[in-house]
Amino acid sequence: MPETLIPTEFAAAPISLWRRGMNLLATLVAAGAVLLVLLPLGAIFAYLVYKGIGSINWAFLTQTPKPVGEAGGGMANAIAGSVLILAIASAIGVPIGIGAGIYLAEYGRNRLGDLIRFTADVLNGVPSIVVGIVAYGLVVLTQGHFSALAGGVALAIMMIPTVSRATEEMLLLVPNTVREAAYGLGVSRWRTTLSITLRTATSGVITGVMLAFARVAGETAPLLFTAFGNQYWNWKINQPTAALSLQVFTYAISPFDEWHRQAWAGALILILLIVLAVSAVRIAANYGTLKGAN
Amino acid sequence: MPGPQPVEKSDVVAMPKASAQPLITAGSSHVADRIFYFAMLACGLCVLALVALIVYQLISKSSPSWHAFGWSFFFRSEWDPVNEQYGAFPFVYGTVVSSLLALILAVPLAVGVAVFITEMCPGWLKGPLAFTTELLAAIPSVIYGLWAIFVLVPLLREYLEPWLMKYLGWTSFFEGPPYGIGMLAAGIILAIMVIPIISSITREVMTAVPQQQREAVLALGATRWEMIRTGVLRNARAGILGGIILGLGRALGETMAVTMVIGNRPEIAKSLLAPGYTMASVIANEFSEATTDRYLSALVEVGLALFIVTIIVNILAQVLVWTVTRGTPARANA
Repeated sequence: MPETLIPTEFAAAPISLWRRGMNLLATLVAAGAVLLVLLPLGAIFAYLVYKGIGSINWAFLTQTPKPVGEAGGGMANAIAGSVLILAIASAIGVPIGIGAGIYLAEYGRNRLGDLIRFTADVLNGVPSIVVGIVAYGLVVLTQGHFSALAGGVALAIMMIPTVSRATEEMLLLVPNTVREAAYGLGVSRWRTTLSITLRTATSGVITGVMLAFARVAGETAPLLFTAFGNQYWNWKINQPTAALSLQVFTYAISPFDEWHRQAWAGALILILLIVLAVSAVRIAANYGTLKGAN
Repeated sequence: MPGPQPVEKSDVVAMPKASAQPLITAGSSHVADRIFYFAMLACGLCVLALVALIVYQLISKSSPSWHAFGWSFFFRSEWDPVNEQYGAFPFVYGTVVSSLLALILAVPLAVGVAVFITEMCPGWLKGPLAFTTELLAAIPSVIYGLWAIFVLVPLLREYLEPWLMKYLGWTSFFEGPPYGIGMLAAGIILAIMVIPIISSITREVMTAVPQQQREAVLALGATRWEMIRTGVLRNARAGILGGIILGLGRALGETMAVTMVIGNRPEIAKSLLAPGYTMASVIANEFSEATTDRYLSALVEVGLALFIVTIIVNILAQVLVWTVTRGTPARANA
């Protein structure tokens, strides 16, 4: 407590009641703000579990949607579709993002590096719906129809800036002496970057990748007119594909109680999948073969 | 722990250089280094190419609408796909009003949270509280929307909106039937979504204020609140403003949650209880149904406008945050 640093003989006049009161009031207001912010957070999770858990059953996880009016059915195709779209997004976004991060950290101390850094920040702020328009023009118009690929490209565009800035940050944390030691042993520069620098920063880079992944995993807006949604199974990357977030949206704004129920279940599954994916990779990074030199 | 890799080539030529360059600059590793460099450069240039591509796509695809309406596109109020007449004013209005409403609700709360976490709460509570508020940022937008439709909107309809009409109806901001959905619901859900952004930036800039500053103000006999107000908040104000603007950028571009609760009606009403429409929502709702070229290009033009505004807002925010965190605190003279 910094207050105790003040020697008592210098504390001239006692602090007035007004100032004490203001101090107390400010503390209470700030604490109240925290409670008010935690309230919706708690409410959202409570409702997700309360409304969602009752609707998750075997049929929900294994069946495709039933026609309107029929009870039952599930979101199995949407879960699979989300996995497919996210796999495409990660396959495109993660290598390019890490590559850009390596460029920025290892070669980017110049004008071009600053420009790329700035552009990545700009790209990070582009609204997701606008990214959807671009993926539509880029993939959907070229192919002539909606597809999982278009959805994947849209999400990849959103992953690249996050992954690259996180990679850069982590690589810069690796001390230069480590690089110099490798050079001193005659290791070539590219090999040093990949096997020494990147390897040392592995766990940080993975955290960055997972943050980007979690951010795009729940995205809906860029999928509306790229992946588009599908009532049936689809494993082809050039066909319209269902996605969990899209399905939750469609069901939530529908007028049917049965679909509302499933929307809650879908939302709960979506959150669980994100948490599961993120923690699985973290555990693998901490204990498994991915562990970096530290 | 992977040790240093063995050198593959024996034809190592050590050439001392003035700088801390790697010693090996000749032989096959030189070629490999160049290839690696260009591969990484290509990835970096991808980022530039993407932004260029976004700009190109938006401009080229919106040109029919631009040629048909020019600047008047943003001031006309009719949105009539049947007669091919498009004006984006109701969407611009809805976006601006819902975002500002969100900021009005979010800023005091977000700053309060940041102040509590950085200056007031006991040390052991800091980490968990910071983590929990950041968790709000990790919830997908569609889940906010789902929650808002089934929990927030009924609460507004049954309790808050009738109350507002009764006591604040005279301001004419709160009149008309309490639907629940509408501008107010959109503003509240946006506020919840931008709070973690504003409060995490605010925490960052408050932490950047030197500790001596706090001690100096306390040494002058200030209470804790006076210390926070004069010693911390005033020094960090440029950065806090940056955080607020960053939150504005997020609110302007937010799509799903808003689309689900704002009512999606292209009308301009003074009452906050009335339904509205935003730029992002109209793209989300109508893009895949747009049948004619001009319809589609009108929607892309809305997207272009949204893109330009969010870019400007984000750059402004970055600059403001940098002024505080980059070691040049804003001047604190009264």
